[in-house]
Amino acid sequence: MNTVIFRTLAPFLTALMLLFSVFVLLRGHNEPGGGFIGGLIAASALAIYGIGRGIQPVRQALWFHPMTIAAFGLLLACVAGLVSMVAAVPFMTGLWIYPSLFGVEVPLSTVMLFDLGVYLVVVGAITSIALALEREDI
Amino acid sequence: MHTGMMAMTFVAFCLPFAGALAAPLLTRLLGHRAALPLALFPLAIFLHFAQLLPEIGRGEIVTGGYMWVPHYNVSFSWLIDGLSLTFLLLISGIGALIVLYSGAYLKGHPHQARFFSFILMFMGAMLGLVASDSFLMLFVFWELTSITSFLLIGFDHAREASRRAALQALVVTGGGGLMLLAGLLVIWDVTGVTQLSLLLSFGPEVRASPFYVAILVLVLGGAFTKSAQFPFHFWLPNAMEAPTPVSAYLHSATMVKAGVYLLMRLNPVLGGTTPWETILPAFGGLTLLVGAVLSIRQTDLKLMLAYTTVASLGLLVMLTGFGSEHAAAAAALYLVAHSLFKGALFMVAGLVDHETGTRDITRLGGLGRAMPLTFAAAVLAALSMGGLPPFFGFLAKEEVYVALSGGSLRSAAFMLAAVIGNALMFAVAFAIALKPFLGPRVATPKAPHEGPALLWLGPMLLAACGLAAGLMSAEVHALVTSPLASAIAGQPQAVTVSAMPHASLALLLSAVTILLGVVFFLLLDRARRAADRLVEDIGWGPDRGFDQFMAGLVRFSHRLALLLQPGRMEVYLTVTFVVVAAALLLPIAWYGEWPRLPIWPADAQFHELAVMALALAGVFGVLSATNRLNAILALGIQGFAVALLFLLFGAPDLSFTQFMVETLSVVILTLVMTRLRLQPRDARPLSQKLPDAALAIACGLGFSLYLLRVTQGRFDPVLTEFFNLYSKAIAHAANVVNVIIVDFRGTDTLGEIAVVMATGLAILSLIRIRKSVAGPATTATGATKAAAGEPQR
Repeated sequence: MNTVIFRTLAPFLTALMLLFSVFVLLRGHNEPGGGFIGGLIAASALAIYGIGRGIQPVRQALWFHPMTIAAFGLLLACVAGLVSMVAAVPFMTGLWIYPSLFGVEVPLSTVMLFDLGVYLVVVGAITSIALALEREDI
Repeated sequence: MHTGMMAMTFVAFCLPFAGALAAPLLTRLLGHRAALPLALFPLAIFLHFAQLLPEIGRGEIVTGGYMWVPHYNVSFSWLIDGLSLTFLLLISGIGALIVLYSGAYLKGHPHQARFFSFILMFMGAMLGLVASDSFLMLFVFWELTSITSFLLIGFDHAREASRRAALQALVVTGGGGLMLLAGLLVIWDVTGVTQLSLLLSFGPEVRASPFYVAILVLVLGGAFTKSAQFPFHFWLPNAMEAPTPVSAYLHSATMVKAGVYLLMRLNPVLGGTTPWETILPAFGGLTLLVGAVLSIRQTDLKLMLAYTTVASLGLLVMLTGFGSEHAAAAAALYLVAHSLFKGALFMVAGLVDHETGTRDITRLGGLGRAMPLTFAAAVLAALSMGGLPPFFGFLAKEEVYVALSGGSLRSAAFMLAAVIGNALMFAVAFAIALKPFLGPRVATPKAPHEGPALLWLGPMLLAACGLAAGLMSAEVHALVTSPLASAIAGQPQAVTVSAMPHASLALLLSAVTILLGVVFFLLLDRARRAADRLVEDIGWGPDRGFDQFMAGLVRFSHRLALLLQPGRMEVYLTVTFVVVAAALLLPIAWYGEWPRLPIWPADAQFHELAVMALALAGVFGVLSATNRLNAILALGIQGFAVALLFLLFGAPDLSFTQFMVETLSVVILTLVMTRLRLQPRDARPLSQKLPDAALAIACGLGFSLYLLRVTQGRFDPVLTEFFNLYSKAIAHAANVVNVIIVDFRGTDTLGEIAVVMATGLAILSLIRIRKSVAGPATTATGATKAAAGEPQR
């Protein structure tokens, strides 16, 4: 696997895939996609980077331990559910706001926050397993 | 009960726990003098409940409480009648003296603060236990007394004997507590009530229930273990490993009486039947004799007292179940008398130990001159224990003999047991009160002198109470014993016995008891040797039985753990997949729900057929691959082909996910394989491969049949319609699949991602353990499959 072509291409491929994963995450609301699939794409992107360049660069690029990312995702998902309690509606009720950004109305919701949580949990959990498995000393 | 009083009562139940919290700070500030402020807690409780005496004396019942979990109708509620009140006063009153006593007894002990905390916690648990109205509270406090008792027995945790005794007490009484819980649940099921105050009117229903015997056995299991009835008596003498204040408080005056309390409380409900009036007196009488004989055998002051406590508890159980007219009154009198004299004698034993450095009765003598106050307290308590007029113990014994006298053979047998037991206890009482104090001076490890006031105050006061209660019997009967006896009997009872001896059968029997007691006392050394020989001839006892039971339990658990956790991945996986195959195939076979064979789709397009062929080619590749890497890749091909099929038949989300999962599983499987340094080929012989193949086929067949059957069933479109209708309207989204995942069924997803996270953590730790423990050359065939299975979920 350690060809020059792969090593050179891996960062570009990873960047593209990560971008794509965010795209898939956000479009999930109305078209095929969503947090789970987006998370899987991002995890494979990071796996490719790891295979091409080694684990250390991946860990450095991530900055946080992948498990921390997963935990943060779980926290986000919980917060998304709990927000509805503040609004005095049952747990996990979707809440929507429509702020205007540069004249464009952007629909934002706790559901989206929840989906982002799912995304981060999937990325974090799978990446931490993959990184633990592909250690350099083997 | 008006609101102010109710709030005060609630505060009284919480006070001991507040005291337990305050103890460490107070002890740090004041040292052992912290006992003085801490004793104010039980004293306040005592005074609070003493206010209720006139009301209860008029035969009223005080109830109160607060809802705790209204949803399940669980309340923190109390029921205070003559029985509860007597216990409350004994617990708080003796508790105050014990706190003072332990201030001096454990002076300078590094963990004195902890001791104060534990003993106050215990007091809170015990107060709650005897006043609880709701079953749940009763059980919670019951187990809390077991736990605090465990902490107190094991207080001197550096010694092995103390640790063993603590564990033994916890296992025996905690196990009994579980039986009690089961018994209470059955009672609840039979009557539909969860409160003792309501249960008291359900007696006939409970006694007529077909579950009566089950209830009886379960409740007695709880009571007999707690109150150390034969053959569960062994934990109580072992519990003497605890510091003496604990023995005086928990293991004579209060906790061990919890079982007796329970029996007395339930006597109006469960009592009056043949099993009740057979089992209770039989076990009680046996316990009385066994305890009395074993107490003669001991030379350690505390152990002598411990076995007489066992005997006294036996007597109480016998009286509770005897069912004659005066039995309730006798039990009431003896309960109060015993708490007073036994608490005092234990504290005397501790005092002697504290001042001389030994509690061996054969190495003590002539202390009377050096410790006159202790001597006086000991003699006063022994006179009550021996049942001499005008002490309260005399009244109790008179009433016991009145209760047991009757023309029948049964009465005569129990009367005989009572006379012998009492005579032996008489001998022990005076052995403890006289032997160490009279006669020539014997050299002791420490030079004896009178202990500080805090040490002799407790025994002196309790012993004096025994005398005062005997002298003022009319008042005591009106306020304490009559309401107590009424609560035990379940109907109003008036106790009238007084300290004035008058000619009767009971008095004659008392005289016989005392005479026999004097004989035993004079022949104590010979009796001790005889009892010793008897026990040695028997050889085996429940205490050793407990050890054998525990050892057996440990051996059994070890074997079971080895059976379930052999440490071989093949076994785990085989078991898992056998269960999966069985779960899939057995219901289909059992209900005969076999699917029809699917019809060949005549209108299949060429590209669809091509994708199916690709999937089959992938499977064929897996089976024919000569090395593992190729097999993994071929499996990936099959997975991609299935994902394509999903795409072609209108499930883009599913297909999308399947693509990603397949990609990642190929990557991770490959990594696992290189990481585990598996051999590239599966070189096992055919005989090992075939069972695995059969299992794989069974699982695959099961899934296929299941899916076929499900799709052939009638499709209920309710959910589809609902989601199509509402996903845009309610959830503002067009992608139904995603709406279900993150909105309609969002809480499910929350649970699932938590599982993903936990699984990730588990795998990560497994990899790390492997790195640090196992050598790199280890091969484990099964690990590949296991690790591969996880990320796919």
